[in-house]
Amino acid sequence: MADFFSTGLGITIIILAQCLLMAIFLLLSAYFILYADRKIWAAVQMRRGPNVVGAWGLLQSAADMLKLVLKEIVVPAGADRAVFFIAPILSFALPMAAWAVIPFNTSWVLSDINVAILYVFAISSLEVYGVIMGGWASNSKYPFLGSLRSAAQMISYEVSLGLIIIGIVISAGSLNFGEIVAAQDGSFGLFNWFWLPHLPMVFLFFISGLAETNRPPFDLPEAESELVAGYQVEYSSTPFLLFMAGEYFAIFLICALTTLLFFGGWLSPIPGLPDGALWMVGKMLFFFFIFAMVKAITPRYRYDQLMRIGWKVFLPLSLGWVVFVSFAAHFGWFGGAYARWAIGG
Amino acid sequence: MTVADFAFYVFALAVLASGLMTVVSRNPVHSVLWLILAFLSSAGLFVLLGAEFVAMLLIIVYVGAVAVLFLFVVMMLDVDFAELKAEMAKYMPLALLIGVVLLMELGLVYGSWTFADGAMGLRSAVTPDAGELHNTAALGALVYDRYILLFQLAGLILLVAMIGAIVLTLRHRTWIKRQNVLAQMYRDPAKAMEVRDVKPGQGL
Repeated sequence: MADFFSTGLGITIIILAQCLLMAIFLLLSAYFILYADRKIWAAVQMRRGPNVVGAWGLLQSAADMLKLVLKEIVVPAGADRAVFFIAPILSFALPMAAWAVIPFNTSWVLSDINVAILYVFAISSLEVYGVIMGGWASNSKYPFLGSLRSAAQMISYEVSLGLIIIGIVISAGSLNFGEIVAAQDGSFGLFNWFWLPHLPMVFLFFISGLAETNRPPFDLPEAESELVAGYQVEYSSTPFLLFMAGEYFAIFLICALTTLLFFGGWLSPIPGLPDGALWMVGKMLFFFFIFAMVKAITPRYRYDQLMRIGWKVFLPLSLGWVVFVSFAAHFGWFGGAYARWAIGG
Repeated sequence: MTVADFAFYVFALAVLASGLMTVVSRNPVHSVLWLILAFLSSAGLFVLLGAEFVAMLLIIVYVGAVAVLFLFVVMMLDVDFAELKAEMAKYMPLALLIGVVLLMELGLVYGSWTFADGAMGLRSAVTPDAGELHNTAALGALVYDRYILLFQLAGLILLVAMIGAIVLTLRHRTWIKRQNVLAQMYRDPAKAMEVRDVKPGQGL
């Protein structure tokens, strides 16, 4: 048996099984964080949220999913059919593909590549195409306006996300997630993590993540009050389900990135407790909770305010931070807090 | 045929096919989408060559930013395609002539291309050994250390181009009303609003 799994076919089967495992984990977590999102949102507004289907409404997401799958797919008469259907597939498949390099524990990762963080960044820069193609192919006014907005919004916030990531990469000395987490290991538990030296950037990263995933208060691509539902107006049934599931994968991805870059990934916050994948998932769920709270308590931004914050506040701040981190890392200021090289240096 | 060979043929065919489709497809938006597929497939080829950093940069810069702007512009265009097609017949001979000249020039260059003695040696002398460093780190060491001056000059040229473009298009119009965001944020509700008791039939 062990011989079989070292042959070409065996390795292929192992890789496929790992991918399947990751896909099941993602689908299950999308299922439950969708439920959690609605419950948290309801609790903030003093409602009960979904509580009818199944115990405590746990089967509500399944019911919604079934409803969406069984509905009729309506294609607008003037739509560009091919592009119209490629768009939701893209916005479902791309966030899922990004999870290939996200580790959950030391060497618990589908693909341990050297440029992992660039890969995630490249994939998330592709996600804008799902929205643009969907909006354009619908051949209708509101979807088109929504997709134009989102193109500008997602590109603007990618710039500051990228600069913040550069700061972390300078500190860790590597583009590999495993090594970035290893650089945060130390004898002081949570005070060794990058959130402490990079404290201002934690907030910037989180807010840019909200804008990048089109979450409230930056959900301008689908602003219901102005654009009906933005680029999703003409979508029904399974394509709409794909858009929604892709959105939740992307949100969970930002939670995972925040955990890995600033909060030590699978490292235990208290020295002495064992590290492990449970810490990683627990931290991701905590950040998802904050995402849901932000959605519940903030009003939507105006479009010009969003652009102003992105270009005139976040970009200079994160660029200045890169310069500061470069100096601090090179000259070893603050006791070398900014230069915990995993390799080289 | 190994997996890498198979992947190479898939990516190479995808680059060629999507390049062809970029040129022949009737709808300009489809052309841009095919162009994006061509970029992605060539990123795959870079990965097969072992240049994963360049591959990721290709996706981030070209697909993630440049092609989005292309798409942005092309989607906004209101072009009458029938008219364009009619015009095409007129320019066809000239286009063919230019194409043939370019092809012949390429043929000439390719036919008489020779390497100087030691050109390969000079090139590989500055490159760190592949076993010692990741190619990302090696590229960083070359660009930011050895060739820092050339790199900075290239950046400076881009900066000048950017400033030039801004200067050419910026018109600061003084006669229009502008938002002062800070003034808006520091406005005091107590001074901005006032409650008045309006008598019926009198108004303010």
